[in-house]
Amino acid sequence: MINILKSFISKVLNNLFKKKKNVRLGLYGPPNGGKTTLANRICKDWLGEDMGDVSNIAHETREIQIKEQISIKSKGKELDFNLVDTPGIATKIDYEEFVKAGMKEKKAKQRAKEATKGIIDSIKWLDEMDAVIIVLDGTKDPYTQVNITIVGNLQARNIPVLIVANKSDLKKSDVKKVQAAYPQYSVIGISAKYGNNIDKFYEGLFAIAG
Amino acid sequence: MVTFQFVPYHEIEDLGSARRVKRLIDIVKQNKIVLLQGRLKEEEEADLIAIAMEEIKGKFKGIELAVINPEEKSKEGLKRLRSNFYNLVLGDRQGLTIIGPASIVKDIKKDPTKIELLTKEARNRRK
Repeated sequence: MINILKSFISKVLNNLFKKKKNVRLGLYGPPNGGKTTLANRICKDWLGEDMGDVSNIAHETREIQIKEQISIKSKGKELDFNLVDTPGIATKIDYEEFVKAGMKEKKAKQRAKEATKGIIDSIKWLDEMDAVIIVLDGTKDPYTQVNITIVGNLQARNIPVLIVANKSDLKKSDVKKVQAAYPQYSVIGISAKYGNNIDKFYEGLFAIAG
Repeated sequence: MVTFQFVPYHEIEDLGSARRVKRLIDIVKQNKIVLLQGRLKEEEEADLIAIAMEEIKGKFKGIELAVINPEEKSKEGLKRLRSNFYNLVLGDRQGLTIIGPASIVKDIKKDPTKIELLTKEARNRRK
């Protein structure tokens, strides 16, 4: 009887004081929104290293990339998570666009093939996420069907979402337009490249995954 | 010449998700622009993108997709609840879903009750 009581008290205490561990935090969005730049910013801030390569040509990230056990601290709280950087979701891939950007045809075709597989993987991984940061390019139209489909799918799965309007360092950036497009979510304007407003972003992260 | 094919909701309502998506993609692969009455479920929209990616080969470069649902924002309170209930039971027949082959449709812009469909020039399509 005493043992049962001890075990019960131990379980209650563990549940009360244990930190939420191994939260799987996904970075989703259309190509070239700055998902990997943000992943690099997070990894640099808290692990001192980059996560992946970035490029001006779309679909640089074509495979799911995971950085495990990132621990961030904000206002006395701590959050541990595994960061999942996903390939940008698009409805079309044309290798000729890569050729126009200066790539050789063979390489462009290979990139297109890998990009299509990457998109399929991104969609498959939606079910694996505990929380998601949607990274949008703040200089672009937020009302695209890809953005709406991503948001709708996360909503349907009851996955907590934080929307980031990235590239706030650029003149054309319009955070208010992104906020108006998705009023049901918290939208934070940041520059992942320069770290502008990044503290506010980390606070937002605690709100959805803490 | 651009061909549009209207798909009434009753034509897909008895199909399972995978067959719905397949049916729509098959039409798009015939270089037609689908005008679907109503909209797919969120998960089906994501499946549609995934299947389009699987089908990319040769001249098929994927799809352009837009959903227009002008009444969505105007409904409030009970009307919205009732509408959500009907959609759950009968499927979402309101609005319009446009799916076109990316080799023909360059972009679809919503305004949100007006739709602009930008097509590629015929000489570019033949590439």
